Amino acid sequence: MSLLSILFAVLFYAATLVLVVGVARKIRIYARTPAPLRIPTTPAPITASGVGWRMAREVVFFESLFKASKWTWIFGWSFHFGLLLVLLRHLRYFQEPVWLPVMWIQPLGTYAGFLMVFGLAGLWARRFLVDRVRYISTPSDHLMLALLLVIGASGLLMRFVVHPDIVAVKQFTLGLLTLNWQALPALPLLLLHLALVALLMLVFPISKLLHAPGLFFSPSRNQADDARETRHVAAWAAALDKKP
Amino acid sequence: MATAAFETPKIKPYPVIPLVQVGATSHLKPFVANAAIQKAVGFPQELVPDWQAKAIEKMGELLGKYRSLQVYMDSCVHCGACSDKCHYFLGTGDPKNMPVARQDLMRKVYRRYFTWAGKHFPKLVGAVDLTREVLDDWYSYFHQCSECRRCSVFCPYGIDTAEVTMAAREIMAVVGKGQKYANEIIGKVHRIGNNLGIPGPALENTLEGLEEDVKEETGLDIKFPLDVKGAEVLLITPSADFFSEPHVESLIGYAKVFHAAGISWTLSSHASEAGNFGLFIGNYEQMRTISLRVKEAALELGVKRIVVGECGHAWRVAYSFWNTLIGPFDYLDPRYPVPQHICELTDDLIQRGALRFDKEKNDDRIITFHDSCNVARASRMGNMPGGQFVIPRRIITSVANHFHDMAPETIHESTFCCGGGGGLLTDDLLELRVKGALPRMEALKHVVDDHSVNFMATICAICKAQFTKVLPKYGFDMGMVGGVHQLVSKAIRLGDHR
Repeated sequence: MSLLSILFAVLFYAATLVLVVGVARKIRIYARTPAPLRIPTTPAPITASGVGWRMAREVVFFESLFKASKWTWIFGWSFHFGLLLVLLRHLRYFQEPVWLPVMWIQPLGTYAGFLMVFGLAGLWARRFLVDRVRYISTPSDHLMLALLLVIGASGLLMRFVVHPDIVAVKQFTLGLLTLNWQALPALPLLLLHLALVALLMLVFPISKLLHAPGLFFSPSRNQADDARETRHVAAWAAALDKKP
Repeated sequence: MATAAFETPKIKPYPVIPLVQVGATSHLKPFVANAAIQKAVGFPQELVPDWQAKAIEKMGELLGKYRSLQVYMDSCVHCGACSDKCHYFLGTGDPKNMPVARQDLMRKVYRRYFTWAGKHFPKLVGAVDLTREVLDDWYSYFHQCSECRRCSVFCPYGIDTAEVTMAAREIMAVVGKGQKYANEIIGKVHRIGNNLGIPGPALENTLEGLEEDVKEETGLDIKFPLDVKGAEVLLITPSADFFSEPHVESLIGYAKVFHAAGISWTLSSHASEAGNFGLFIGNYEQMRTISLRVKEAALELGVKRIVVGECGHAWRVAYSFWNTLIGPFDYLDPRYPVPQHICELTDDLIQRGALRFDKEKNDDRIITFHDSCNVARASRMGNMPGGQFVIPRRIITSVANHFHDMAPETIHESTFCCGGGGGLLTDDLLELRVKGALPRMEALKHVVDDHSVNFMATICAICKAQFTKVLPKYGFDMGMVGGVHQLVSKAIRLGDHR
């Protein structure tokens, strides 16, 4: 066991802890903050199941973004859908035996990496080419795209060009899960890939990546249009009724 | 100066997204409320000495009170989906009028004081201290948002800049930098009962005058009742309906509908205003107190139903918030929605065959319909989503023969604000109002050219006042704008009830 392997093991435990605790804390804040008034963007569904369907369309198809800008939608959806397939494919590193659906996804998942990188490249290009988007881009916006792009590109390189010993990699990841630490192959590209993934996990709860949980708590999307039928008085607002 | 000369934008043959022009409208800001105005609504009379600390404290309070603000501050990814959606950006090119950039004026302060990344790496994430310059920027650009919610339609997370603008205005009000126009009007509502400041006797006079005018026109005794106990319907309508053109034409239309349907109704001198500027300044307490007048009037007069006249933001407050703010309405007739929009009432009567029209009386008009932002994106009519688009159009096509919609990307949920909503209908912001009307004017120009449209109907007092002012700047006749019930009024078949 090299020092490097130990370092990466510790890094991943820390990153997982920060990700889970950080996002859980944010979700707790979102859930506990009252929404004192009904503000769904209308026309809005009038039933809970209707809201579920609206949310599903947002989460799966990015419906509002599709309305807004076809280019951003193509790049954004390609990236997210590619990322989803890539993540599902990576589940195989945490399973023995590998689940059947993960096996099925394997061939798709390897090429989804290209879809993901294509989407990221398009999104980044907009930050330079569209003057409005250039104006609103902060250094962290660029860095976030760079981070994801390098993660994607290094992954593709390892899949198609520089092959690490993936059996050993899998032993390392399974070892993390079973608390039976194993050596990590010291391929620089692999170390870069993993280090940046850990960094992504670390910044998730303190960055704009919070849009992922945020969407589910967005009142303009997750509220039913039922204000005439149902009162929605928050605790702090109810206190006003008690004042003389 | 806020009222300096400016050029009206040129209407282009097709809409063009302008290139970013930094600082194009940084000179625009409404007059600041003076000490007397601030005092009347319970805000500090001038910028308080420790305004920075107070503002941050208030921001923290609002983040804890409104899930919308908390989620919206965190969730934006700067994707730019909203960047070409705001009518003020499209009309001015000022990048701070892009919804994302407007939100960022607050978000960068939020990051600095409320997030780990902003506290430790401000430059990296674009976090800044709340300095005097930032506050001035807030005052300028949070008064260049009409809270119309168009951006929220297109945001992949539904981020609604209106919520951010309201929070910013609330913060500015409590540190002593309130807006003159909105706060003065709120003071008037409390003191006199309506936004225009019409005292009870003057209102009574006006209504009597209207009865005489309508008698002359129709030969019938059509009443405009005030403070009638035991009436079936309490009508809450914007006070502009009493005095302004073309608003008053719609008020006459409501009266004729009530008359023709044989529904007893009354106005209230206590609640002689549907408008609720508490919404514009984002102040829950003000919004609630202003709304309470309606409840008091309804109880005092013993009415069975509450109906709201043609007014956009008032309908948002009434439809979306009244039940929560001043409900439950268990003292009213449960067979009718509370509140009910006048268009819902009229449409229902039409559908049941209770009203008859001579449609050809509107034949001189080729009509289009401007969806008002607060009705379109913040409320509903009828019992199905989107009823707010169907019902007014169904009324128009029931009372007139010629109707053409404007381009699909400029109506329904994608409708453009008139340019004067959200507490900006003041002459110190005239340049902004004219420029912000550009997208609507372009869409209107198309139906004028293609279909010879000569009348734009709408159901909002602010839209009517705003268009009356800006239509001439774009070469249109100011008389082109009017209410839906103005059309109803013209065509409705009256006749005495048996």
